[in-house]
Amino acid sequence: MIEVKKLVKRFGLKTILKGVDFTVQPGEFVALLGPNGAGKTTFLRILASLSRPSLGSVKVAGYPLPNESAKVRARLGVVSHMPLLYPDLTAEENLEFYARMYGISNHQSRITEVLQMVGLEPRRRDLVRTFSRGMQQRLAIGRAILHDPEVVLFDEPYTGLDQDASEMLDDVLRSVAAKGRTVVMTSHDLARAEDLATRFDVLSRGVIAASGTKDDFKNSNLLDFYKRSLENRE
Amino acid sequence: MTQPSPSFFKAVLAIARKDLAAEFRSRELLSAMLVFSMLVILIFNFALELNVDIRRTVTAGVLWTTFAFAGTLGLNRSMAVEKDRGCMDGLLLAPVDRSVIFFGKAISNLVFMLVVEAIVIPLYAMLYNETRIFQLEFIGVLLLGSIGYIAVGTLLSAMSVQTRTRDVLLPILLFPVAVPVLLASVKASGAIVAGLPFKDYVTPLNLLIVYDVIFIAVSYMIFDFVVEE
Repeated sequence: MIEVKKLVKRFGLKTILKGVDFTVQPGEFVALLGPNGAGKTTFLRILASLSRPSLGSVKVAGYPLPNESAKVRARLGVVSHMPLLYPDLTAEENLEFYARMYGISNHQSRITEVLQMVGLEPRRRDLVRTFSRGMQQRLAIGRAILHDPEVVLFDEPYTGLDQDASEMLDDVLRSVAAKGRTVVMTSHDLARAEDLATRFDVLSRGVIAASGTKDDFKNSNLLDFYKRSLENRE
Repeated sequence: MTQPSPSFFKAVLAIARKDLAAEFRSRELLSAMLVFSMLVILIFNFALELNVDIRRTVTAGVLWTTFAFAGTLGLNRSMAVEKDRGCMDGLLLAPVDRSVIFFGKAISNLVFMLVVEAIVIPLYAMLYNETRIFQLEFIGVLLLGSIGYIAVGTLLSAMSVQTRTRDVLLPILLFPVAVPVLLASVKASGAIVAGLPFKDYVTPLNLLIVYDVIFIAVSYMIFDFVVEE
């Protein structure tokens, strides 16, 4: 579903990604871990067609980037730590706007379905600026899955959420993944990542330093795996 | 899985409609543009202490100066709203040609500018006792000038919004580029206010039409590169 080969990304003289190889099978939930500045957000922005690779090849849902970016975007949902929502529009109006941008026909029933899924149906006519951070993040997920994408990218979705909101978001993420979608999520919250993901990749200093599943941890846990991966790179 | 395909025009209208709905609810942008325009008109009224003959010669200049500065306020704010809340990424993620964003934003910016003009023109007529600005020809020039100014302004605001000094940068970039549109607009509308025949302002009018076409075509062609990271 996602195939990245020898991906290099440079900003001026600074090389952020130094030959990343990364493959995700359909239906996999991959947690992309790594310290600040490792290049996780840059990597996700390239997968989302928001940034061009300097070198290397990237294929998402079978289409190469950047040449077929519109086809990729039609099959992709993105949730970042910014909600990408308009505060002066209601929840329903925000979703209507994105439904029109994605050309979704019969969008009213789909909007209702999505709002029910993220638990915001009773607040559909409220302005987004009156929503808490957690509610905005849930609506952002609703926005990202409105067009029923095959691949969903989450960039630090827990940033700024309190405990209750994070737990609520866990449920929403599980239901997104339960539909058989391919998910890639960056996060610093290792406990949550361990609970949700099926595979764990560690991005460090611009390359994938380690990749493993829960079976690979054996008697240890994700934190040990993460620490070992970073130590091996030093 | 079959993905829906959005139409170009529906996506353009969706952006314009979204901007108008958000603005008519918050009224942040329109009120700033209107208050600014009214203040400029009032200041000119007191500063110039015009007699009737001079008034006719400065009308076009005063109005276009007002609209150009007020338009800059609107252009800056319109793109900043998208950038500050990360919504620009939301627009860029839509599976449509990215020139859709340009046309959608340009339409909403044009509507805001025309709303301001529709309020400022009667105010100007009242303060300066000038009724020739209600002529259909004058309104036509106002429309053509606004289209050209907004076309180039929307493109440049998409560029400047990505910089830290966007508030300062937009006017610095915009005014030199928009000079042909503003000059042609002032010439044509000045001639209409002075009561000159059509043949006397057909040249600036043609220039205005050509500039509009060029600015829209260039913006359409390069907008994708402007918003790319």
